Parts: sequence; C-alpha cells; structure tokens
Amino acid sequence: MIDRIQQLHSEAESAIALAASSAELEQLRVHYLGRKAELPQMLRGVAALEPAQRGAVGKAANQARQALEALIGARTDELAGGELEQRLRADSVDVTLPGAPPQPVGSLHVLSATRRELEDIFLGLGFTVMEGPEIETVHYNFDALNHSPTHPARARTDTFYVADDLVLRTHTSPMQVRAMEAHPPPLYVVIPGRVYRPDSDATHTPQFHQIEGLAVDEDITLADLKGTLLEFARAVFGDARNVRLRPHFFPFTEPSVEVDVSCFHCDGNGFLKDGSRCYLCKGEGWLEVLGAGEVDPNVYAYVPTTAENAPGYDPEKVQGFAWGLGVERIAMLKHGIPDLRLYYENDLRFLEQFS
Amino acid sequence: MRVPLPWLREYCDPDLDVRAIEERLTMTGTKVEAIHHHGVTSTDSFVVGRVLSAEQHPDADRLKVCAVAVGSDDGQPATIVCGAPNVAAGQTVAVARPGAVMPDGTKLKQAKLRGVTSEGMILSESELEISSGAEGILVLDELMLDAASSPEGELAPGTPLADVLAIAIDVLELEITPNRPDCLSVYGVARELHAATGAALSDAPWNDDPGSAGALSSAEVTVQCPDLCPRFTARVFENVTIAPSPLWLKARLTAAGQRTINNVVDITNYAMLLSGQPLHAFDLDRVAGAQLTVRRAHDGEQVQTLDGQTRTLDSEMVVIEDDQGPTSIAGLMGGSRSEVQPHTTRVLLEVATWSGPNIHRSSWALGLRSEASGRFEKGLQPEQCMHAQAIATRLMIELCGASVAPGTIDIGADGHASWTEAPPQTITLREARVQAILGVPVALARQQQILSALDFAVQPREHGLDVSVPALRRADVTREIDLIEEVARIDGLERLPATLPARRGAAGKLSHAQRVRRAAEDAMVGRGLHEIVGWSFANPELLDQLLLPSDHEMRRVIAVENPLSESQSIMRPTLLGSLLDAAQHNAARNGPDVAIFESGTVYRALGAPSPAGAPSAPSATGAPGATTGAGAELPADEHHGLGVLLSGALAPRSWRGEHREADFFAAKALLTGILDHFHLQWSVEPSTWPFLHPGRSAAVLAVATGQSEEQAVRLGFVGELHPLVAGAWDLGRTAAFAIDVGKLAALAAPVRAFQAFGAFPPLRQDLAVTLPESVSAAEALHSVRSAAGEMLDEVSVFDVYTGEQVGNERRSLALALSFRALERTLTDEDVAPVRERIVAALEAVGGELRG
Repeated sequence: MIDRIQQLHSEAESAIALAASSAELEQLRVHYLGRKAELPQMLRGVAALEPAQRGAVGKAANQARQALEALIGARTDELAGGELEQRLRADSVDVTLPGAPPQPVGSLHVLSATRRELEDIFLGLGFTVMEGPEIETVHYNFDALNHSPTHPARARTDTFYVADDLVLRTHTSPMQVRAMEAHPPPLYVVIPGRVYRPDSDATHTPQFHQIEGLAVDEDITLADLKGTLLEFARAVFGDARNVRLRPHFFPFTEPSVEVDVSCFHCDGNGFLKDGSRCYLCKGEGWLEVLGAGEVDPNVYAYVPTTAENAPGYDPEKVQGFAWGLGVERIAMLKHGIPDLRLYYENDLRFLEQFS
Repeated sequence: MRVPLPWLREYCDPDLDVRAIEERLTMTGTKVEAIHHHGVTSTDSFVVGRVLSAEQHPDADRLKVCAVAVGSDDGQPATIVCGAPNVAAGQTVAVARPGAVMPDGTKLKQAKLRGVTSEGMILSESELEISSGAEGILVLDELMLDAASSPEGELAPGTPLADVLAIAIDVLELEITPNRPDCLSVYGVARELHAATGAALSDAPWNDDPGSAGALSSAEVTVQCPDLCPRFTARVFENVTIAPSPLWLKARLTAAGQRTINNVVDITNYAMLLSGQPLHAFDLDRVAGAQLTVRRAHDGEQVQTLDGQTRTLDSEMVVIEDDQGPTSIAGLMGGSRSEVQPHTTRVLLEVATWSGPNIHRSSWALGLRSEASGRFEKGLQPEQCMHAQAIATRLMIELCGASVAPGTIDIGADGHASWTEAPPQTITLREARVQAILGVPVALARQQQILSALDFAVQPREHGLDVSVPALRRADVTREIDLIEEVARIDGLERLPATLPARRGAAGKLSHAQRVRRAAEDAMVGRGLHEIVGWSFANPELLDQLLLPSDHEMRRVIAVENPLSESQSIMRPTLLGSLLDAAQHNAARNGPDVAIFESGTVYRALGAPSPAGAPSAPSATGAPGATTGAGAELPADEHHGLGVLLSGALAPRSWRGEHREADFFAAKALLTGILDHFHLQWSVEPSTWPFLHPGRSAAVLAVATGQSEEQAVRLGFVGELHPLVAGAWDLGRTAAFAIDVGKLAALAAPVRAFQAFGAFPPLRQDLAVTLPESVSAAEALHSVRSAAGEMLDEVSVFDVYTGEQVGNERRSLALALSFRALERTLTDEDVAPVRERIVAALEAVGGELRG
C-alpha cells in the first residue's frame, strides 16, 4: 500500500512538472487529488485497515497529498506568471511608430530668442530691462543726443518721419534721456527694441532690433565698459573670448569706441587649422559687434532735474557708459545666418531651426 | 579714403611694416578697412629696356617686331612683338620679361605672335596701373631727363623698373569718422601716424607758398551769400601749358583711386588729397567778364553740370556764375563752359569753404555726390583753403610752367576781403579727470606728448594742462572730455583693464509686464506654434483687404511721410497683416498647415479708440518696463499685442487618425492656454469685426481676480477670418485671435495668494439637459453655478448633441458636475437638494432633463 502511495506520488510529481498550462494542471489535480482519485480514497479507506497499518499508511498518504497540493500550487503560480508574460508578449506594438497624437514643437523666432538671451545676460549683470516708444520725438531721437541741428542723420534720406517733429526712432538711444528723466542715478538699464532706417539691401533692412545699455553712477569708467562687455561677449560667444575697444565717433558718447570680439570661429587667429583664411572674421581675428562709449556730458544737460530724478544728472558728479548693439548682427554671427532678409521672411523651414 | 603708403611715408615714415601701421592706425581711431595692393605683386622680371629697332611684322599690319636691349647677361637684345602704334627705335621703355606676373595675375610666357617669338612685352601705363587713359606704350623720356641729372647719368637697360617707377604700391583704405574731415588727407593721416607711433612728422606741405597775399587785378569775385560760403579764395596763373602729368603724379593719383586727366586737373586732385580741401580750376579766358559771383540759386533755375546733365536748383543751393550765368554748383560740381581745355593758358584756381549742412542737403536733393561734396558736407575749416592754394601753386609752377599772378582773392565770412582767422580756444585738462573717466591713470607728461603730437599747443598748469586747439580741430574739440578722448585713443585703449562697475544698489529685473509677455509667448511655443517677426510697416491696401469700412477706428493709422515704398507706408494697426503675409508665404512654399504667432507692437494715431473698446490714451502698454518717463506723454498709441493665426491641420496627420482642423474652437483653446495661465476670470461674447466670420467671432473680456464683471476689460478678439479676407491671402478656413498684452499684464496678479483645499474626494455626477438653441453654453453654466452655491466645485460641458431626438431649435448639453466640501466626503443624499435646484434653474431657461 505504501509502495502504491509512493508510486502515485512520484508519478504525479513528474506529471505536474511536465504540465504546460494551468488547464492541464487542473486536470492533474482532479486526477490525483479529486474526490474520486485514488489517493484521497486511500485516505478515506484508512479506517478500514488493520490497526497496525493505519498509522503508517495514513501518514504516508497524507504527506503525499500535502506535497502534491503544494507542488500544484507552486506550479500554478509559475504557469500563471508565464502565461501573463505570454499574453503581454502577444500584445506587443511597433514601437517605431510615431507617438500619438503628434505634439508639434514650437519655436521662438531667433530674434526673440537672441533678445531674451541678451536680456538675461544683462539681468545677471544687474541691469533692468526697460522699453520705450518706437514713434519718437525729434527731441529724444536727435536733439537730446547731441546731434547738431544740421546733423546729416536727421535728413529724410536717413530717418523716417511721421510728422515734422516725430520720427520712427533710428536707434534705441532716445531712451537714454527718457530713462534718466524717470530715475535718479545710479541707473543700470538695458533697452531692447525695434528701430528704423530707410535702407534696404543685402546688409540693411528698414527695421531692425537693438539693445541699448546705459549705466550712470558716480564713477563708471571706460574700463568698466570694457569689463561689462567682456562678460557679455563671453556669455554669448564662449568663455575664451576677448574684447578690444577701438576709438570711434558717435555724437552722444565721448570717448566713443567700437567694440570687437575675438573671433570664435578661428579663436582670434584669423586663420583656420588648415591654414585657410577664416571666413567669419575675414582673417582679422576680430568681429565688430557694437558701438559704445562714455555718455557725452552734453547728454546729461538734456535731463531736466525733476521730482522723479532728483538730484538730477550733473556731469561733474555722475558719469557712465552707453552702448547700442544689433540683435540681428549677434544672431547672424552666432548662428551663421547668411542673409538679413531671412529674419523677416518667416519661412517655417527657417523658424523651425531655432526651436 | 585710399592712401598710398609711399605717399604717407613721405610725411611720416615709422620703422614699421604695413601690417604694423595698419594696427597702429586702427587702434588709434583711423580704422584700416583694407590693404590693397596696387600694381604688380612682384617686381621681378620688370626692367627698363631700350628699343634698338622696330620693324614691321611680316604677317601683321598692326604689329611691330622690336629688338629691345634689356641688359641680359649675354648682351643680346630681346625680340618683342609690340602692337602699340607709338613704339619706335630709340625709346626707353618698360619691359616685362617672361615670368613676370601682371597686375591682373597673368604670368607672362614666351609666345609666338603670327609666327614671331616674342620674349616679353613692352608695357603701357594702364598695364602697370599707373593711369587708365594713356594710349600706346609708356615711354620713359621723363625718367631719362631725371637720370641725366643724376650721378649715373643714364638709365641703363636692365635696370629694375621698380627702382625708377612706383609699380607696386600698398594702399591703405581708411574709414575716417565724420568728426575728422581733417583726416580726409594724406597729411592729416600722417599726423595721426606720427602721434600713434612717435615717428617724426615732416613739415606741412603748404608751409612753402610761392604765391602772395594782397589784391589780385586780373579777376573779380563777389560773394552774395557769405552765410553759406565762409571763405572764398582765388589765384590766377598765366602761361599755363596743359599736358599729361608726370608719371609719379599719375601713379599716386591712380593708386589713390583718382582718374588722371591732365596736369592742371591732376594738380587740383593731388592738392585735395594731400590737404583735404577740394579745389576747382577755371579757364580764366572762358570766365565771362573775368568775374565770378557766388549767390543762392533761383527756385527752378537750371544748370548743366560737367557730367552733361541738366539740374534744377532751388534757393537753398548755391551757384557760381560769371557774366553769362551759372558755371557751377558750389561745392558739388563744375560746369562744362569754363572747364580747363587742352589749349587753356590762363587758369583761375578757386578754393572755397562751404557750409557743410547746406552742401549735404543740396547733394541729396540733387542726387549728386562727388569727391568734393563728400568732404564739404563734413565741414572743412577755412584755413584749409590756403593750404590747398599753396600746394597747388607750387605744382602749377613746377609742372605746368605757369607763373602765378601776384595777390590772392580772399573773401571772408562778412562777404568782404579779407578773411581773418579766429583765435584758438584754450581748454583746461585736469589730470585727475583723465583717470576718472578712463579708469586708469595717464602720466601728465604722456598727456602733453600726445596732445603736442596732435598739433595742440600745451602749457602745464597745476594738476593739469592748458591746451589750445589747432584750427583744423576746432569743430571737433571744444571741451575737456574731447581732450580726454584724444589722450585715451592715442595712449591706447588696449591698456584699459576690464573692470566691472562698483554697484550701488541696482538689481537687474524684468518688470511684471515683461514676465507676462514672456509667459504668454512661451505658452504658445509650448503648444507647438512658431513665432514670426513681421514688419511694422504695412501697405495701406491692408485696410481694404481687411474689409474695414471708411470710418472704422482701425483706419486711424500713423502714416510714414517718406516711406521706402507705398507698400511700407503706414504703421500696422494690427498684427493680422503680418500673420496673414507669413501664412500666405508658408502656405505657398511649405503646404497649407500653418500655426504661428507674433508678439509685437501695433500703432494707432493718438485719440483713436482702440478696437478692444478701451480708452486709448497713451499708456504704459507700449512700455512694459513701466519705467518710461513717469507720466511722460508718448507721441503715439503703441501697444504690445499677441496674435495667433491657425490655418489647415493643427498637427501632422496621425496614423491613429486623430485629425483636427483650424477653426474657432482651436483658436479659443489656445487663447484659453494663455488666459488660464494667469488665472484670469474671463469670458467671450459674440461680437463682430469686419474681417471676421460674423457667426464665428467673439470679443475677449476679462477681469482681475476679485473684481466684478462690470469691470471687465476687452482684451481683443477671437474668431475665424471672414472667407473673403482669408481668400485674399489664398488661405482656406483660418482662425485667429489677438489680445493686448499690456492689458493682460495689468489684470494678471503679480503674486498668487494660496487657496486652501480639503482632503476629501469630490462627488461626480453627470446631467443631460435639452435647451433652446438660443441659450448659450455660458448662460446654461451661469444658471447652474448661480443655483448650486458653494458645494458645486466645477461644472463643464462634455457633450453637445443636436438632432431629431431633441427636437427643432433645441440641443442637448451633457454637463459634468463635481461637488466637494472642505470638511467631509459628500454623499448622493448631500447633493440631492443642490441637484434639484440646478435642474429647476435649467428648467427656468427652457431646459428639460433627459433620461
């Protein structure tokens, strides 16, 4: 009898191990452990055995049953896990299909992105961002910027007029005096904005964008201008950049300078590694990026002392620097954009490149 | 301005190569834009030759076969085939031997010409870039004369050509800033080079004047408008022989970019390039009455200029006339009637100072620009007149065999003889001030050295210098700061350290309005739109294309008085034009699906009511920095708008089949993305614009948090474009919105206050109701909210159905209701009475509960 139990046990053991599905396993459970199966019937028949055999047979049958139940349980879990895995595998997708629904990627215009980048650099240097009117008085655009009454820039060939005394501002500089009228020193501002000049060719568009800088305090020197613009140049064009100031002329700064940044394409050498001339700086090693200077004392004289800006701007007590840079130019240099007209054509193949 | 380097070195010759000179000039304010190489690149194989014989070519009528001594080692002459008609035996000529590289880059080889081997080339002036005009080969007779008087006594064949003729010249192309007309001259640049390098400066070329002052008898000049002519000088030369200029003069002028004409005209150009002051030569025998009058032109007066054109003048322009009428337009161009001719023997040399602004105006008004006008318009000093007269007088005597008549006509600013020089201005330069401005000290001795080199007279004083300004700098240098600039630029801006301002409490920041604008732009970028940057200018036709009636407020535009073209003659009153232009461009090139926005300024004439209905007084919206002059009046109504335009599909076609086309609701959804970002209470109400679809357009209204609806501000519009408008730009169904970002910023709270929320989940219920079509979704939701009270957390429409089941002129709205209480979880029993009130409220507006 005990032999038979062991036989059943090992027979069932191998069958359970070979069962390939939970349905097959259920059949085995019914076959070996179900109500009519041999092993349970043996257990039920233990009482009819001789007392000497009862203990051993009962124990053996019981152990076999428990062992098989545990085996079936374990095998059931095993098979269920595998079957889930199988179902999931059957449920696979082509992962190379595009995501849905499509999420189009938008973009700021490269001029906006550049303007923001520059604003952020100057914010970090402690400048506040101000804006001002594009339709501007002759007073702020020319007179208060020390342009003589007969200065050629005032001519209708050089400036758009909307009335005898109103122009489309030709630069962001008219905001210098407006800013000083509104605020006492110390004053640290940048003024981004759109400006206009009647030129239209490959290198000029009748509207373009500038960022004016103005710092006025007790002791702002030309060396401070150099340092500020060095930080700007490195932030925009890379940490290895240098700047140089070249003497120049503007009516509203004195001394006036043009500011060059060492060429980031050839590292300021003028020549590339293969010995060819750098196309970007044309072999000069420097890129002209903006005009600047110490604010001309005559400009302060145009700032009336008012309640807003008391104690006013006395050129013997305050001094400072100003610059004007072209956003289009910076973006052209930085991104290698070959033609100004691309900015205003707004072709999506252009716009998408700067997302 | 082109300056041939050898000419510059004649006056200042630092021991530096051309690159080092470029660097010094550029870094001291005279930017070298380019270094041109004029003439041949290598002087090798260019020699002096002597024509021993010139025989007719056997097979070519126009060619001669010449034997030319070229000093070759074997002593044999070279055979050279020459096509010039003037070649003849005995001439000393310029020869290029095989291997020579011509200025145009061609390398000369031995070549057969009609069967005869030519061992080189006899050169013309133009082949050597000495002049452009001369015909035939260059005959070096004049150099022979020079050589005859030299110790060698002879110009031997084989002598390197470069030893006797400037055939390879470096030319500096300089950018001269408008404040330095004194540097539009070789001597002016030489002074800069002197200051920049310390190399010696030769005496001014006008110091030695063979002419004399005093009355001049053979001509008369009257100046009727001395306000426009501060100085007028004239000299008379007799026995003038007109001839070609000597080679050295031709070579210099050609290298400087001037055409060579004849000795008299070339002398005027040479004197101008050297002194900066233009001159004009008259044939005195052709000056009617031997008198000149300087006067304003009459309005409409016509003058024929040297270039053969007839010019119509006005009374702001100045003419010079003789007894027969105008001969030239002052400062701009001479007339042909009295110009110097080949047979001219008496020359009147006019050198005058004209009002710079007046010349600038006349030049632009006539579209007539000349070398002279470009100089005069920058404002020359009267002293320069006699500089030019002195240089020209010496050359007239030397090169034209002329004798100078005694005396000089010299009429000054009062219109009478004679001109007198104003005393120089003296300015005090404080040593401390130099350091204060530059941020680095410059020794007083160095300051003195720099200013002296620049021709300033300098006297030391306590803690500084007293500085007198030379005449040629009087317009440019009037204040201490101008002197500081002179010191700074010559001492070297390279020496400046890079420092940062010592900050006194200024922190950089963006204004609230600027941050709102960035956030609104970012919201659109994040939803897949591309920003465009359009033109501020618009075509007036835009107003018609937008179907605006003649009295529409948007027609109160700002017009540009001097536009580049009619199509750019007004300032845009709306962003729609540039959005439509960009959409049209892209639809034509890149397909019909366009989703773009623009963030930019729009412009209205002052006093025009804004389209959004708000008062349009100049406001801070054009100046989101809000830091423009406090209360300062702005000249026009400018405000910053944000406009969106959608056309075609909203996203690329998906393999899953989702496909949405631009329509009213697509635009409104994007608008929602902006307005909800700022937590505004906002709504739309049906409203019409001429350019929008009348059934699919709405005004956008908003109030700040906590304000009542009566305080609602119109921010702008949202809608589908009228099909006629979209069609005018070749677009199909197109939706758009535009809002005033300044007003948006004014409503958006800079800081949000925290709102408490509970820990308990909401109870959600749906409700389907049919309503008359006349009841809008907003009205239905308003009824629901008013009836429900605080327990209703949210309500939204999640389905709309029209059809037979709900009857004519009715529709079914499915509403999602969400109830919530701060302190407990709600049950159906809790909300039952609320739901009843909601149903009653809906029934009150004609609603019937479905299902």
